[in-house]
Amino acid sequence: MKLSKVGAAAAIAVALALTATACGGSDSTKPGSDASASGGAKKDKIVIGIKFDQPGVGLKTPDGKFTGFDVDVATYVAKELGYEPDQIEFKQAVSAERENLISNGDVKLVVASYSINDKRKEKVDFAGPYFLAHQDLLVRADDTSITKAEDLNKKKLCSVTGSTSAQNVKTKLAPEADLQQLGGYSECLTGLENKAVDALTTDNSILAGYAAQDKNKGKFKLVGLSLSNENYGIGLKKGDKELQTKVNAAIKKMEADGAWAKAIEKNFGPSGYKAEPAPAVTEGS
Amino acid sequence: MFDFLDSGQYDVLGAFWVTVQLTLYSAVGSLIWGTVLVGMRVSPVPLMRGFATAYVNLVRNTPLTVLIIGCSQGLSLTLGVTLGGGTFKEIGFRLAVLGFIAYTGTFVCEAIRSGINTVPVGQAEASRALGMSFVQTLTLIVLPQAFRAVVAPLANVLIALTKNTTVAAAIGVAEAALLMKEMVENEPQDLFAVFGVFALGFVLLTLPTGLLLGWVAKRVAVKR
Repeated sequence: MKLSKVGAAAAIAVALALTATACGGSDSTKPGSDASASGGAKKDKIVIGIKFDQPGVGLKTPDGKFTGFDVDVATYVAKELGYEPDQIEFKQAVSAERENLISNGDVKLVVASYSINDKRKEKVDFAGPYFLAHQDLLVRADDTSITKAEDLNKKKLCSVTGSTSAQNVKTKLAPEADLQQLGGYSECLTGLENKAVDALTTDNSILAGYAAQDKNKGKFKLVGLSLSNENYGIGLKKGDKELQTKVNAAIKKMEADGAWAKAIEKNFGPSGYKAEPAPAVTEGS
Repeated sequence: MFDFLDSGQYDVLGAFWVTVQLTLYSAVGSLIWGTVLVGMRVSPVPLMRGFATAYVNLVRNTPLTVLIIGCSQGLSLTLGVTLGGGTFKEIGFRLAVLGFIAYTGTFVCEAIRSGINTVPVGQAEASRALGMSFVQTLTLIVLPQAFRAVVAPLANVLIALTKNTTVAAAIGVAEAALLMKEMVENEPQDLFAVFGVFALGFVLLTLPTGLLLGWVAKRVAVKR
């Protein structure tokens, strides 16, 4: 008696799951067929990896939209490749997974504050760079005690676990600094606001994004140090020369027609952060 | 493939040593705290029973990550609790141990309570007939028998604790999981080798624990 009840419940669950997937299936095919009918050439989506948690750079807002400089670059490049904004699917690319997302073919491009370096080039190819960032410090707006990297040796510093910026501090910049490594930059901001830490360090683009957020306006400022050079590139599958050339051309075009400067102003303007001029495209030439 | 181990850039043994230290301090602490909790849970005082029951059910059902980050964000970064530590390294370690004790203590408590249930009621009745107080009954008669019955479950709790220490990476304690994050960031080309090294490290820590305590469990079990 009891067993048959369980069986019935399971059957209902399975049936529900099947109907649900069936609904999803019919929904997703509909706009696809529409697009192919109106657009002529049958083109499916392009999947691009971005950061979901970096205001100003790449952020997924609570209502499901995407904002940030990387998003603008990705949208522009996709357009040059022949994809309209509604054909782009953004996928989260956390730092440690970027190489695998590309080499497994889960994403076509990665535009996620992705610094070009030799170790990464062993697994993926880059296009660009499209942006030059520097490692910098974020401090409380009224703090004037930090003016150079050596000042950090007596200070409490915060960064994200395992990040390149954190390692830079430990090995090069200020080995004696009291470094706290937390899961995310927002967690560091809590400490910075409550004076438990004195400075937050990572790329200035990311810091500017946090400083420009509405809830943080006027609380923090960038010190303006250039502690490292981070050339952001667009990651793509190793050996795909054709795509690399196309993406490089798109970046050059974006810089030439003023869309690049507009995107900088839109995303970083409110923080008073002066971005470097667009770097020359060096990859793949 | 394993070049990164020879580069001298990563102190894998040092990181695992921090893992071991975290585990040992937390294990001793949670054994004590769990025993205190179980004493409260079976005590004749309703207030103590109520507190311990509420605490165990609340903390046991809270995700460990929430507890550990709560220790760091709430206690340290917002309220300024340092537990006597000067640098973030000390503060983070101590806060992590505090969080692990709070969490693992509940599992120790429940394991020992199941052990208490294996002790025949007659044992407690007999000790009371001899004029022993509750504390004497618990510490001299019931708990020693209960502990002998729960060595194997406690070993499971210890193994879980060993692996749980990786959560401390979230608040910047430089143990194995944090070093792994660093290596994954730096050595993307050897992703699986990095994972392999750390998986092996944890197997080397937990497997002997399980085998040793399994043997102990058989030796000390009360034959009924």
